[in-house]
Amino acid sequence: MEIKKVGVAGTVESSDINIVIEPSDKKGIEIELQSTVMKQFGRQIKNLIEETLKSEGVESAVVRATDKGAIDFVIKARALTALYRAAEINEYSWEA
Amino acid sequence: MVKLRRTMMYVTGNNPANIMEAHLYGSDSIMFDLEDSVSLKEKDSARFLVYNALKTMDYGNVETVVRINGLDTQFGRDDLEAMVRAQPDIIRLPKTETKQDIIDVDNMIGEIEKQIGLEVGSTKIMAAVESPLGVMNAYEIATASKRLVAIAIGAEDFVTNMKTTRSPEGIELLAARSNLLMAARAAGIYALDTVYTNIKDDDGFMDEVKLIKQLGFDGKSVIHPRQIGMVHKIYTPTEKEIRNAVRVVGAIKEAESKGSGVIALDGKMIDGPVVDRAYRVLELAKASGVYKEEEQND
Amino acid sequence: MTKNGVGREIPSYIEGIGQIKPYESPFSVIPEGNKAGAKLKRPLPHKNKLIDSIEEAVIKTGLKDGMTISFHHHFRNGDYIVNMVMDVIAKLGIKDIRIAPSSLGTCHGPLVEHIKNGVITRIESSGIREPLGTAISEGILPNPVILRSHGGRARAIESGEVKIDVAFLGVPACDDYGNANGFSGRSACGSLGYAMVDAKYADQVVLITDNLVTYPCLPASINQTQVDYVVKVDEVGDPKGIVSGAVRNTSNPKDLLIAENAVKAIMASGYFKDGFSYQTGAAGSSLAVTGFLREKMIDQNIKGSFGLGGITSQLVQLLDEGLMEGLFDTQCFDLVAAESLGKNPKHFEVDAGFYANAHNSGCLVNNLDILMLGALEIDTDFNVNVISKSDGYISQAVGGHQDTAAGAKLAVILAPLVRSRNPIIVDKVTTVCTPGETIDVVVTDYGIAVNPLRKDLIENFNKAGLKTYTINELKDIAEKLTGKPDKIEFDDKIVGIVEYRDGSVIDVIRKVK
Repeated sequence: MEIKKVGVAGTVESSDINIVIEPSDKKGIEIELQSTVMKQFGRQIKNLIEETLKSEGVESAVVRATDKGAIDFVIKARALTALYRAAEINEYSWEA
Repeated sequence: MVKLRRTMMYVTGNNPANIMEAHLYGSDSIMFDLEDSVSLKEKDSARFLVYNALKTMDYGNVETVVRINGLDTQFGRDDLEAMVRAQPDIIRLPKTETKQDIIDVDNMIGEIEKQIGLEVGSTKIMAAVESPLGVMNAYEIATASKRLVAIAIGAEDFVTNMKTTRSPEGIELLAARSNLLMAARAAGIYALDTVYTNIKDDDGFMDEVKLIKQLGFDGKSVIHPRQIGMVHKIYTPTEKEIRNAVRVVGAIKEAESKGSGVIALDGKMIDGPVVDRAYRVLELAKASGVYKEEEQND
Repeated sequence: MTKNGVGREIPSYIEGIGQIKPYESPFSVIPEGNKAGAKLKRPLPHKNKLIDSIEEAVIKTGLKDGMTISFHHHFRNGDYIVNMVMDVIAKLGIKDIRIAPSSLGTCHGPLVEHIKNGVITRIESSGIREPLGTAISEGILPNPVILRSHGGRARAIESGEVKIDVAFLGVPACDDYGNANGFSGRSACGSLGYAMVDAKYADQVVLITDNLVTYPCLPASINQTQVDYVVKVDEVGDPKGIVSGAVRNTSNPKDLLIAENAVKAIMASGYFKDGFSYQTGAAGSSLAVTGFLREKMIDQNIKGSFGLGGITSQLVQLLDEGLMEGLFDTQCFDLVAAESLGKNPKHFEVDAGFYANAHNSGCLVNNLDILMLGALEIDTDFNVNVISKSDGYISQAVGGHQDTAAGAKLAVILAPLVRSRNPIIVDKVTTVCTPGETIDVVVTDYGIAVNPLRKDLIENFNKAGLKTYTINELKDIAEKLTGKPDKIEFDDKIVGIVEYRDGSVIDVIRKVK
C-alpha cells in the first residue's frame, strides 16, 4: 500500500491515540511516539502500529503518534484509519 | 428466559473511553452509534473503532447494538459490510420509513452472510422509526423481516415533522407511541421508547419513564449512565406483583408435575397471557435484584 | 538484604539513612522510652515576638548548616511559605538543610534548585509531587528521601526520632504573641492539625501570617507558649490553591459507579449500624460515597458516631443534620469545613498525633469503623501503592493511608481497574505503602474483591447476595484490557524509603533508569 498524503486519525483525549502517517523517501516504517505510558507500553505500542501497517502492505512511512493511554484495539483502529486516509483508499476488506 | 431490554445506552462510536466502559453501567443493551453522533468526517474512524472493539472486547452479558448510517447515505453500505462481520448482537437501522427499507437491508445482510459462511438470517436487526410515514407503516415495518427483534421510536425528527415540539406530558407523541407499540405487539417483537435529552431533569425523565412503562414499552433509550438506574427502578415489580408471579409459576410447575394440561390457581384457570406476565415479572424482579430463583423453594 | 513482612528486599544499612529496621507486621513494634520535647526557654515579660521579615527570623533562630526545619501543608497547592523561607535560607548561604514538611505539593518545584545548590540535602515528607518527585526519582538528592504517613510523622517527632530545630508555620490568623488559628482571614485553611505537632515539639517556632489580629487571637490552635517569633508577610498563599469553596460532588459516571459499588459493600459488611464511625478522602468516588451513605442513614434511621480525617462539606452536613455526633478534624478540604471548625464545638480540631500516632495511648484511627481510601496500585496480596506512578516515579503521598487502614474495621480501597492503560490491580505494586493485611475490600468499576483473610466479610457479602471476584480475577480482567506492561527498569541506587507508621521500613524506592 502506498502512502500518498498525510493521514491523521484519533484525538489526544484520554484513552485515545492521535496517529499521523506521512509518506517517506526511505525504506521502512519510522515511528516517533509520545505516550503517557511510555515506559510501560511504549515498545508494545510501536510494535502494534508497525505490525498493523505491515499487514496492510506498507513498506515505507513516517508515523508520529501521541498516545494518551489507548488500549490495543483503539491503536489498531486509529492506525488503520490514518493509513487508509493517507493512502486515499475507501475500501477495507473487513474480516468476519 | 425472557430477554430484558429496559435500557439501551447510546455510546458515541468515535469515543474510545466510552466504548471501553459503556457496559459497566448496568444497562441491558449498549448501542454504539455510527450515525448522528459521528461527524461526516469521522465516519471511517468510528467504523474502524467500533469494528475493532467488537472484535476484541468482552462485553459480558450486555447486549451490543450498532446503529449504522442509513443505506441512502454513502456510509450505510460500508457500515453494514463491517458490522455484519463484527457481529454485534443487533444492527440498528435509523430512519426507517417503509417495509422496503427493511427488505433491502435484509437482502444485503443475507448476501454478506453467504460470503462469510454465516447462516442466512442469523444477524438480528432492529429498526428505528423517526417520521410520520414510518409511524404509519409501523406494522408493515415490524413484520418485514424475520431478523427484526425490535422497533424503536425516535422522537426528535418526528415532532419536527409534526410541526410541534416535545412537551413534558408527551401528548404530541401519544399517537405515535401507541401505534408503534401496537405494531410491535402485533408482530411479536420488542418496542423501545425514544431518548430523553435533558440529563439534569430527573423528575421529568422519571415521569416519562412511568408513562412509557404504563403504555407498554419494553424499555427506553438512554444517553447517560445516570439515567439507567432510574429506568430500572421504575421497571422493578412491586412485592405484590412478585408474590403473585411466584404463585402462578408454582401452579404451572404443579400442573406439569401432575401431567395436567390445565393450570389452576385458587380454583381459577390460568391462561397464556397470565403465565407470560408472571415470567416477565420474575425476570424483571431478578434483574432488579429484588428476587432470587431459590426463594421459590423456601 | 532481608525480606520484610510484605516480601520486599530491604537492605540492613542504607547510606545516608543508617541501620534499617524492616517492617514485620502492623502492630509488631513495641516502642520504648518517653516522648521528646521542645527546648526550655526563659522569655522575659512584655517583650514583643513580632519581627520584620522571614530573613530576620532565620537569623534570630540561629539556623545553621546541617539543621532540620519543618513546614505544614495546610495551604496545599496554594502554599507560598516553603518557597519563601527556602529562598531566604539560600540567600543567607546556609547549606545542608534537612526539610521535614508534613507534605509537599506541585507548587514546591522550586526546591529542585535548592537541592542542586546544596541548600537542601535531606527531605522527609508524607508526599512529594511533580516536578520534585521526578527529580528525586532521577537521583538529584544526595540522601534518600524518607516518606512517612501522617501518623508516622507525628510518631517520629513525638518520639524524638525527628528533631526539628526550627518550624516555619504559616497561619491564617495570629496575634503578635503567637496565638494562632486556621479558620479566619484571606488564607483560611481550617484545621492546623499537622502544624500543631511541630508547634509542640520544635525547638523554635516561627509563625508567618498575612492576617495579624489584635491580641488575643482566640480560639488558639497554636498558642504563645510554643511560639518564638511572629512574622507578618503580604501573602502566605494563594487562596484559590488553599481550599475551594465547597468540594463539589462528582458527576463523573465512573466515580459514581465505583461509589455505588462501595456503598453496596458497606451495606453488606455488617458495619453500617448505629454508632458507626467513618472516614473518607476528598477524591471524587470516595466523596460520593458520603452522599450516598447520607441517604441510607436517613432511609434506615441510622446515626453515626464520628467522622474523621480530612473534613469536607459533605461530612459537615452529616454533623449539622444530626447524623453524626462529632467530627475530628486534622485538615479541612473546603471552606465550609473551615467555617464549621471555627464555630461548632462538636467539630473538633485534633493534631496529627491524636489522629494517627501508633505509639501514644490511643489515637483516633483505633476507633474507626468504615474507611474509604484511594490507591495508585493494589497487588494480589492487597498491598497498596499510593506514592509511585506505574512508571516508577515518586508522585503522590502516603497521607493517612497506612494509619487509617491499620485502625479501621472495614478499610475499603476505591479505584478504577484501569487508569490511562495502567492496570491498577497488579502482581506486585511498584512501591508498597500500606500492607495488604490491613486492607479489607477493593472496590473497582468492574467489581469488588475481598481480602481472603476476612472470612467473616466474605460470609456477610455472600449472605447479602453481593457478587464478588477474587483479586486475581480482577487482575486478569485488567490485564486482558491493557496487556501486560513492560517491567520498569531501576538502578541499584536507593532514592527513597517508605516507613511504616511504626518507623520500620516497608519498602525502598530506587532510581529510575
